[in-house]
Amino acid sequence: MGAIEATAGRPNSLQIVISGIFRENAIFRMAISLCPAIAVTTGLKTGFLMGIAVVFVNTMVNVTVSLMRKVIHPRIRMPIYMLIISGWVTVADLTLAAFSRDAYKQMGLYIQLIVAFASILTRAENFASKNKVIPSFFDGIGIGTGFFFALMVISFFRELLGKGALWGVDIIHAKPLLIALLPTGGFFATGLLMGFFNWIDIRFYGGKGAGGAGGH
Amino acid sequence: MDREFAKLFEIFVASAIINNFVFTRFLGLCIFFGVTKKVETAVGMSITFTAVMMISAAMSWVIFTGIMVPLDITFLKIVIFIGIIASFVQASDTIMRKVSPGLYYKLGVYLALISTNCIMLAVPLINAGEHYGFIESITLGLGSGIGFAIALIIMASIREKLELADVPVPFRGMPIAFVTTGLIALAFTGFAGIITM
Repeated sequence: MGAIEATAGRPNSLQIVISGIFRENAIFRMAISLCPAIAVTTGLKTGFLMGIAVVFVNTMVNVTVSLMRKVIHPRIRMPIYMLIISGWVTVADLTLAAFSRDAYKQMGLYIQLIVAFASILTRAENFASKNKVIPSFFDGIGIGTGFFFALMVISFFRELLGKGALWGVDIIHAKPLLIALLPTGGFFATGLLMGFFNWIDIRFYGGKGAGGAGGH
Repeated sequence: MDREFAKLFEIFVASAIINNFVFTRFLGLCIFFGVTKKVETAVGMSITFTAVMMISAAMSWVIFTGIMVPLDITFLKIVIFIGIIASFVQASDTIMRKVSPGLYYKLGVYLALISTNCIMLAVPLINAGEHYGFIESITLGLGSGIGFAIALIIMASIREKLELADVPVPFRGMPIAFVTTGLIALAFTGFAGIITM
């Protein structure tokens, strides 16, 4: 959490976005909000839609919380944040239901469950409630994009191995590995990628590894 | 009557084992990885979780069918369900602290974790989506709770042994837990198709 405070002192929008994508990547580094990461990553398309929805909700929640930060009484802030989040999730949910029926059938439940994302609540609490609108906006974009990036990487490998295709287009004309599409494949892909990111951190940045404490 | 009972049994088995929330629907992973470091915590969590799950499934069914459907405000279900769960958890936290401090001392920690759990929210949403009746909703709640308990206890038992294993440094902690879960999930794939819903 030291990095958040440091960037909060000198709000540089690019730094905020980049830190959200890499150093504080919700999935690979902090290991929170994992549930949909595995559920919707059987194909690039669903991963993409989910990622967009998360970027949208994260940014809008940050902006709303930041705009209202002087009005919200600290003692009741949590319920208010939950209300704001669920409001924006409902917007994303209804929009997706209206424009993409097929995808919605497959992933509707997980879109609704964005409400329970700790990464969004954490940002509202730790960043947006203390910062002005512009930095909060970029922080939302950064954290959302980090999540989006993680989803795309996982679904890239799973779709390539499981269907031999990318974005529904056949690439490898061979019998694919069905296991990558099964739940097992999702857990494996995430675990291996997490290990890989830890390895990068240890090898090039001298970090300690040990990714994430595991929260919501 | 028999058919109704059979349907309830189906819902129960399906939600506890075949569509196990952790291994095939990927929900509640946050808590799953968070509290499975020791078997004792896993058991405490499972008990609290199953109880809260059944009660919140019942409460949200009553509010959904009794208030939201007649008023035609079902599109607000996300907002309302999360409100119900959060306030119920908060209330039971306060009541438990007053009425039974011993129990609170044992299980109170888990209550705080539960309120933002994805399964907690998923069960009312599934109940609403499938138009389940009152008893069916509770059965789904019970089944999911038991399923979650099974997952937690299996995982916690494995992770206690895993502590002693020689894992490559980048894989210590979460990554190896993920790979382990993948293997358990593979075993649970074997249950698929026992009951077709």
